[in-house]
Amino acid sequence: MANYYQKELETMPRQELEEMQLQKLKQQVRHVYQNVPYYRAKMEEKGVSPDDIQSLSDIAKLPFLTKNDLREAYPYGLLGAPLSQCVRIQSTSGTTGKRVVAFYTQHDIDLWEDCCARALVAAGCTSEDVVQVCYGYGLFTGGAGMHGGAHRVGALTLPMSSGNTERQLQFMQDLSSTMICCTPSYAEYLIESMKEQGITPQDTTLKAGIFGAEPWTEEMRHEIEESLHINAYDIYGLTEISGPGVAFECQAKSGMHICEDHFLVEVIDPDTGEVKPKGEPGEIVFTCLDKEAFPLLRYRTRDIAVIKYEPCSCGRTHVRMSKPMGRSDDMLIIRGVNVFPSQIEAVLLTEGYCANYQIVVDRVNHTDTLDVYVELPPERFSDTIKNLSALENALASAIRTMLGIGAKVHLVAPKTIARSEGKAVRVIDKRKLH
Amino acid sequence: MAITQLSVFAENKPGSLVSITQILAEEGVDIRALSLADTSDYGILRLIVSDTEKAQNALSNAGLALHLSPVIGVAMSDRPGALSEVLTTLEENRINIEYMYAFISRLAEDAYVILRTEHTEEAEMILKENGAKLLTEQDIETHLG
Repeated sequence: MANYYQKELETMPRQELEEMQLQKLKQQVRHVYQNVPYYRAKMEEKGVSPDDIQSLSDIAKLPFLTKNDLREAYPYGLLGAPLSQCVRIQSTSGTTGKRVVAFYTQHDIDLWEDCCARALVAAGCTSEDVVQVCYGYGLFTGGAGMHGGAHRVGALTLPMSSGNTERQLQFMQDLSSTMICCTPSYAEYLIESMKEQGITPQDTTLKAGIFGAEPWTEEMRHEIEESLHINAYDIYGLTEISGPGVAFECQAKSGMHICEDHFLVEVIDPDTGEVKPKGEPGEIVFTCLDKEAFPLLRYRTRDIAVIKYEPCSCGRTHVRMSKPMGRSDDMLIIRGVNVFPSQIEAVLLTEGYCANYQIVVDRVNHTDTLDVYVELPPERFSDTIKNLSALENALASAIRTMLGIGAKVHLVAPKTIARSEGKAVRVIDKRKLH
Repeated sequence: MAITQLSVFAENKPGSLVSITQILAEEGVDIRALSLADTSDYGILRLIVSDTEKAQNALSNAGLALHLSPVIGVAMSDRPGALSEVLTTLEENRINIEYMYAFISRLAEDAYVILRTEHTEEAEMILKENGAKLLTEQDIETHLG
């Protein structure tokens, strides 16, 4: 039995859906051309005008947007609506070096929350449910998105935000949460804490969970499902495009349906930018078809995935994307926060260290760890441990300020980290997430 | 008056101390006294050597992080209570000690303690006023060995 939040849109026949997409695309390109000078300049550079968009495949004529564009245009350069019509700002998790701020009109919030509501309903949510949202609330889209989605469904929403595991577990039991939304690693941490406190799945009324904001594996799904006696669903999204709910799993648990009535998906070769043949893995590119305030066209996500075009057993006609299989850049997701090695490098240089470093990411007790190994500049060495600890602490604190997450800094002897010979191995990711 | 201590940054991994002592051996530098302060990641090897400049050049050529700092060497008779008297004197004058380590000479009857404080000159003055016998660079180079 399939559940839909917006049945007509979610199960719209393909032909009808594509006609709607084309209508919206034409309108959106015109809207952006007229209202976003930054993108208009890019279009003019490519010699393309809104009139060139006559079919969905014509989208390939449009220029791409990348995170770099968002930095260049920060903060208002890609705004597609007057600020007076905007009602919300959200921002990517934690980072300051490559900060992305996204703007929303009420219409944009509505469609985003609709997408989250679709994800919740697909996972079995009704107005009878109690939804415990333990994503962070604030600039991060995780909390706000799932919170808004749960409201739309009419579920009783528990805005727990992240952390305070004791209270999470107490409310989960006392207030009979039936659904939980958090990162998969936090779910594993909750499971661990439950075991420690002797809380069994029978002590809870959980039936399903929606887990996202970081990559996770099928093995983790089985572990979470068996430990909590729930169904575990994946959800995908990014602040640039709206937030969680850009794509979500249905009860078939076989790929995430992209909300194609709002987001047009393409798969490209990350090296050439050419559109890949159907069904081949490549970089996922999204075009916002009807967002007003932050209407990104052909935004390169850097996530590598495969799109499935076959009809799904759930009846939804929207295509499904696989879990991201990797990145076409060097971005890491650590405790749900986007981290670029270049940000750490920038901190090292600012703090007077050489750019020779190694980053080791691991997962210990279901929590991501970040260790930064950096060479001690000989002139900063002195004879006390106190002094060396102070250097490490100052650097760790600068990294925390930059990334928004903590790192353990290790000073190593000068000239002991391999010099870059072509491609230096700067990052060792010991987690097995793909 | 103070003597010079050579500190070497040593990572906590097999062979890092050996490589330091090997270099000193090759240079014919004698280690008069040493102490190792360590954390889980690294240690600081603090050395008083017969020829600081020679040791410094050789270790620095090997790419090691080094630091020279003034320390105070106090000679005292090798009997119970001698160290306590020295420390009491410093404590009474509010001189804070960062760290210290001791060694004994095989030629003299004395015991020695190396003291590191942020106020080297002041501490030296106070110790001398109170009759303590302080080591000189020359002592280190010659008869202590």
